[in-house]
Amino acid sequence: MNKTATLWVAIGFLGLLFLPWYSVDTGFWSFQWALALNNLENASAILQSVLYGRGWFSPPIILMVTTAGILCLRTNQDNKAKQLIVIGALGLGYVIAHSFLSLESELLPSNGAVGAGAFVTSFAFLFLLTTGLAHMRQVGSDAFITGLIGTIIVLVATFVFFPISHVLIRAFEYPDGSLGIVRFLSRILSGDVWGISCFTGGDHCGPAINSLILAVATGIGTTALGLSFALIATRTQFRAKKTLRILTVLPIITPPFVIGLSLILLFGRAGVVTDWLNILFEIEKSRWLYGFTGVYLSQLLSFTPIAFLVLIGVVEGVSPSMEEASLTMRANRWQTFSNVSLPLMKPGLANAFLLGFIESLADFGNPLVLGGDFNVLSTEIYFAIVGAVADTSRAAVLGIALLTLTVAAFLIQRRWLGNKSYTSVTGKGDSGQHSGLNPALKWACYLTSIPWAIFTLIIYGMIVYGSFVSLWGYDNSFTLKHYQQAFGIDFRDGMFLSGSAWDSFLTTIKIASLAAPLTALVGLLTAYLLVRQNFKGKSVFEFGTMLSFAIPGTVVGISYILAFNVPPIELTGTGLILIIAFMFRNMPVGVRGGIAALSQLDKSLDEASLMLGATSFTTLRRVITPLMGPAILAALIYSFVRAITSVSAVIFLVSAEHNMATSFIVGRVENGEFGIAIAYSVVLILTMLAAITFLQMLVGRRKLRRENRVSDSNRIYSREIEQPIKGTAL
Amino acid sequence: MKKLIGTIIIGLSLIGGNATAADKLNVVCSAEQPWCDLMAKGFEKQTGIDVSMVRKSTGESLAQIRAEAANPKIDIWWGGTGDPHLIAASEDLTQASGIDTSDLLGWAVNMSTISEGKTVGIYAGALGVAYNRELLAEKGLKAPSCWKDLADVSYAKEIQVANPNSSGTAYTELATFVQLFGEDEAMSLLAEIGKNVNQYTKSGSAPSKAAARGETTISIGFMHDMVTLASSGFPLEIVAPCEGTGYEVGAVSIIKGAKNLEAAKKWVEYSLNADVQSRSVEVESYQVPSNSKATVAPESPDLASIKLIDYDFATYGSTETRERLLKRWDRDVKNVAKN
Repeated sequence: MNKTATLWVAIGFLGLLFLPWYSVDTGFWSFQWALALNNLENASAILQSVLYGRGWFSPPIILMVTTAGILCLRTNQDNKAKQLIVIGALGLGYVIAHSFLSLESELLPSNGAVGAGAFVTSFAFLFLLTTGLAHMRQVGSDAFITGLIGTIIVLVATFVFFPISHVLIRAFEYPDGSLGIVRFLSRILSGDVWGISCFTGGDHCGPAINSLILAVATGIGTTALGLSFALIATRTQFRAKKTLRILTVLPIITPPFVIGLSLILLFGRAGVVTDWLNILFEIEKSRWLYGFTGVYLSQLLSFTPIAFLVLIGVVEGVSPSMEEASLTMRANRWQTFSNVSLPLMKPGLANAFLLGFIESLADFGNPLVLGGDFNVLSTEIYFAIVGAVADTSRAAVLGIALLTLTVAAFLIQRRWLGNKSYTSVTGKGDSGQHSGLNPALKWACYLTSIPWAIFTLIIYGMIVYGSFVSLWGYDNSFTLKHYQQAFGIDFRDGMFLSGSAWDSFLTTIKIASLAAPLTALVGLLTAYLLVRQNFKGKSVFEFGTMLSFAIPGTVVGISYILAFNVPPIELTGTGLILIIAFMFRNMPVGVRGGIAALSQLDKSLDEASLMLGATSFTTLRRVITPLMGPAILAALIYSFVRAITSVSAVIFLVSAEHNMATSFIVGRVENGEFGIAIAYSVVLILTMLAAITFLQMLVGRRKLRRENRVSDSNRIYSREIEQPIKGTAL
Repeated sequence: MKKLIGTIIIGLSLIGGNATAADKLNVVCSAEQPWCDLMAKGFEKQTGIDVSMVRKSTGESLAQIRAEAANPKIDIWWGGTGDPHLIAASEDLTQASGIDTSDLLGWAVNMSTISEGKTVGIYAGALGVAYNRELLAEKGLKAPSCWKDLADVSYAKEIQVANPNSSGTAYTELATFVQLFGEDEAMSLLAEIGKNVNQYTKSGSAPSKAAARGETTISIGFMHDMVTLASSGFPLEIVAPCEGTGYEVGAVSIIKGAKNLEAAKKWVEYSLNADVQSRSVEVESYQVPSNSKATVAPESPDLASIKLIDYDFATYGSTETRERLLKRWDRDVKNVAKN
């Protein structure tokens, strides 16, 4: 404890003595502030206090000095820990309260937004607090774990709860600005939201019911398709596995609107397929695509890969020994699959469903393009904020309706999983082979996945084709002008990126590659805490980490402006706000994937490592991380891709210096310039494919067993198992 | 791992350090991207002021300006339908520019008068009807020429129009009908037309795009959007309805609390300049410019030959009228049409 605490006291002093307390105009990393530390703008806490007589900076300094004193004394360790807890809590509370109060108060004039000094000092106090708690065995097992829990709580509170409360509070607002519960209740329970008249012969249901039906259907559909792909990839000898894998990843790396557009070009009233059907079978051209069917189809296309990414790790992880045991005990392969393998995949299935469900609820691009008169919550919320009648209060009410659905799904999922053990990767010798699928199941998988894969291929063929024709869907003459406009390079005097898309493209790549590792890190660490550690309020903590994912992007965007446009934390207009928004919006995927993968790893692996004297940190680094390959990869890929393809949240957060690809594409689509939008999308897709391949190489495959083999036929088992049966019969 | 962290730190440092230039202007632009780019480049060239510009739709811009009101990051809001600019003015989110409007056409000055100078008209676009001539011929339908023609039963499920609750374009249409026919008749006519509507889209520009691709036969929207689609090669024919039609006025406003006020004023001045306005055709924007001395592109819908109504922006832009009309539209048009 002493060592850790001393380290944090040192860091605290660094924050108080040397770093500028407030944010500096020239940017922290330019280090220009270091040249004029005595300026009011650049001054650290201690200089503010000494040079400018700002006495309210003394308490944190005094607290830090006191801590140093306490650490030097040779008193009882328990007492020390208690003192650390008190000091940490006081210091953190003081800094936060001071940041908010000083904005309003005359007594505590401030420069505004807090900067590096305040940031470092707050974390020093936070870690003093958690170090104390760790010693008292209050939360978590050691200083690393408690510190981690503390950090994630603080981050989630700052970047999820704090901003989102700004918007949700509006749900309780009356038109005159006062707050109350009555109007909220009448609005959230009204038929406008939950109407079910479509079941009783009326014309349309409320958006919440529509969203719910769509989300359940999408959740089930994507999980089933994802499982089928995962089974083909791991349990069969299917030849084109690699192609299949790439195909399943394609939709996830497609910018929004593009899938919807190509579906229109295929199945819309003037679509290619519609035309053929009309000519060949005289089926009348209709607009069946617009509405539930179209949105469902496009969501299946878009979200199946997420289910696949979650499931592949889980399907791989199911221990072959158990399957072998089942087969040895004369279960046939179908029985083995349905009674052994499938139940062991439950965490994967549940998490895949939950992700599909939530993604569908929050999806905005597909319903916008294909929804027709089928209203869902996400589009209703968007138009409640930016529509002709802007009504933030209604948006907040609908947002709460959406959250209710998410919470319900989350709770049901937890009940379903229960407290059973799904462990199948243990430290014990485990040399078996995965059993192949029984023929019926294998063909079922082939028959669903292969047509689906072909369908995906056609869609992408259309997209690439569309980027090379002058007027997609009308004038099909070949052209390169879209690429020229977007990504032209001028070589006349040196190299000059003259294309209009370069700026947003480079920014997007930069932001996404920064956001991805951070997102994966936070997500997987959180998963580790949730699966491996026990602490009070764990389920609230778990739900908190899921919250930002469940909230529609538009609401997140608006809430980030409301919360972070003004001091103490001023971030709007920077690239950082985009990174943070992506981090906390996409973190839940890392969490879900991590949980699914971790619940398969036997805890005795951790225990063995801990017992041999490794710390939690070392155990995490040397034992858990190497076994988490697929989960790390999924989290990295997913957060990278989502940072590139998400729209609704970033629309409000992009600024001139930090414009994102999607907002550029949406602008072009709005303006009817599909060619350039699609050409841009193709470039983004290729970039993401390259990045995924690179990440796959970087992370590498985990080696669970000697090699990943699948018994392809009955050859091995049939002889061993069936002969005795024959023997008895004779 | 260390490498990873190193990369992150280097990356963050690239993002964190943005030095502030002496003269700069932050613009949010709600017109088409190429036009926004043209304006920004031209302004930089003429004044030497560094322009940071981002394009957002009108609704998104207004939502952002509202959310940022306590500490505005934007100086100028250029382009986009006038209604949201007027709303911003009435909510005191923008400030008067004190610009000289003597060269401007009546409708542009009108914007400035209603808003007490907080917003000025820069272009106008009339509302119209478009049809896909190939599809029309295929179905053997006759071309519509008036609003009332759209109620004809032969157009059943062939018309697409936006929902006025989400789209400013559709609200302009609703208000135009009310001003042309009176409220009661307008609602019953819209309900009749509603029987022919196959989809109320969310976005105002979607119907014409659908008509261009043959997803619907007829669309209602702004004529300059239709001209852009037609001139890019789609088989769209544009109709100015015989009863007369309403129009939108694109506007420019200075945000209240703008940090670069002088530069912002220069921008307003620049955007009202006749030569600058004449250049919009270079980027295929066919709105009618507000400066009487600016040249009008030959492809632009000729406002003189279109019967324009005397659109009452003050009444129909007000929140009360808007909420009342939309409520009535929901009740009398949207819900009736289905049965």
